[in-house]
Amino acid sequence: MTTRPVTRRNAVLGITAAAATLARPSVLRAQSAGRVVVVGGGFGGAACARALKHADAKLQVTLIEPNKLFTSCPFSNEVIAGLRDIEAQQFGYDKLAAEDITVLIQAATRIDPQERNIATSDGAKLIYDRLVLSPGIDFHFEALPGYDDTASEKMPHAWKAGAQTLLLRRQLEAMADGGTVAIAIPANPSRCPPAPYERASLIAHYLKTEKPRSKVLILDAKDNFSQQRLFEKAWKELYGDMIERVALSQGGRVTSVDASAKTIVTEFGNYTPDVANIIPPQRAGRIAEIAGAADATGWCPIDPVTFESKLAPNIHVIGDACLGGGIPKSAAAASAQGKACAAAIVNLLAGRAPQAPRLTGVCYNTVAPGYGFSLAGNYQPKGDIFAEVEGGATSPLDALPELRAREAAKAERWFQTITADTFG
Amino acid sequence: MAALINVPAKAKRGDIIEIRALTSHIMETGFRHTVDGALVPRDIITSFTCRYNATEIFRADLFPAIAANPYLSFFTIAKESGKLEFEWIGDNGYSSSASASITVE
Repeated sequence: MTTRPVTRRNAVLGITAAAATLARPSVLRAQSAGRVVVVGGGFGGAACARALKHADAKLQVTLIEPNKLFTSCPFSNEVIAGLRDIEAQQFGYDKLAAEDITVLIQAATRIDPQERNIATSDGAKLIYDRLVLSPGIDFHFEALPGYDDTASEKMPHAWKAGAQTLLLRRQLEAMADGGTVAIAIPANPSRCPPAPYERASLIAHYLKTEKPRSKVLILDAKDNFSQQRLFEKAWKELYGDMIERVALSQGGRVTSVDASAKTIVTEFGNYTPDVANIIPPQRAGRIAEIAGAADATGWCPIDPVTFESKLAPNIHVIGDACLGGGIPKSAAAASAQGKACAAAIVNLLAGRAPQAPRLTGVCYNTVAPGYGFSLAGNYQPKGDIFAEVEGGATSPLDALPELRAREAAKAERWFQTITADTFG
Repeated sequence: MAALINVPAKAKRGDIIEIRALTSHIMETGFRHTVDGALVPRDIITSFTCRYNATEIFRADLFPAIAANPYLSFFTIAKESGKLEFEWIGDNGYSSSASASITVE
């Protein structure tokens, strides 16, 4: 199933499980403890915890998450643009607790994959049969000299929603008309690949409305990006030449920053914008590395059928942290992975063979109020990753304003649906 | 788009300086086919040269495996004030050039 090392312990377990499958799987299931711990209460982890409980009410499901309130990244670009309050982005875990999921507001600190236990910041230790890591991203500061948590107070990333989102909003509000807002965009893989361009669009909308002599400057470590033609057409239609983009092959890759001088250094030049939004290179959330589930890329290789780590036994990795191949690092993908992973775990605990999942991801971009477009894709396991299969769709390049307005409204409904589905 | 050059404007005599040069080019390999099966003809840059006050300090031959928009970075010693000249030569008579000045103190 995976390349996990065969120890005497799991070899014996494997034999037991195989024998049970042949003989009486229901007996094993009744006897198995069925303890699943999920780390990370975002779109992936919370969806996984609920799906586990729905599939088998007898499972003991624990969710470990350091924050009492989750702040959603999807739609946070609207908060930055002043179109939405941050409270509309925040969700708690009461519904999950009411469904008999143990919610621990703690940070996971240590994992012992051999002994199958996990420690939290309050010193408690939990034993699991299966562990799910859904830690999202952390920033790879070593890859961007000059940038760190301190620098992010001057040059916000706003790539984890919350205080950073509001900081970027305040900086935009404080900027004088005629200023320049720079957005530094990293290479892939990164969280939600089209989101930086949606952000550029919505910031341009704010500037056009309130500070029309200002500009948005995109410094991009990529030449091409998701839904590029749709974005570029919308920018021209809505914002004229307000948004300028310097692509990789035009020298757009940011190589370092100097937060005290508010300077961004690229391979071929320096920029000192009035507002600097630095989206740094990323990697899997730190706990994945602690678990030994992250490889040299900083991300987590998985078996795409079960989401089980190729590096750490009995640990499943879902969402932004896993190496998904063709499937983008998005909330919709994380949610779909959480549910598929839950189904695989229920099967594995019962000694049944897991089924290869077919995942659907959809991504809406709103480039102005009432102007949206989308990309939907289907993904199936292929080798070590997910590959896109037929059935995907992107909004047409030429469309009447009514379709763009309908898609913007659909984006809102998508957000209501996925947050209700995840948090209740 | 013109070529992009990054040469330090100023350096101390004897300093090791980094020079970066990037030019836009499709670098068509000559191995690809169109949907009709016709071969897409090769169109690449084949040679890059950098001269420092007319003396060649760096040369590179480029091949089909090199990606579009070739980006080269190399080092030299800042010896004297003057001009760095860059030249790209390729298939179908392609030729482009750029230059940058440096002050050595």
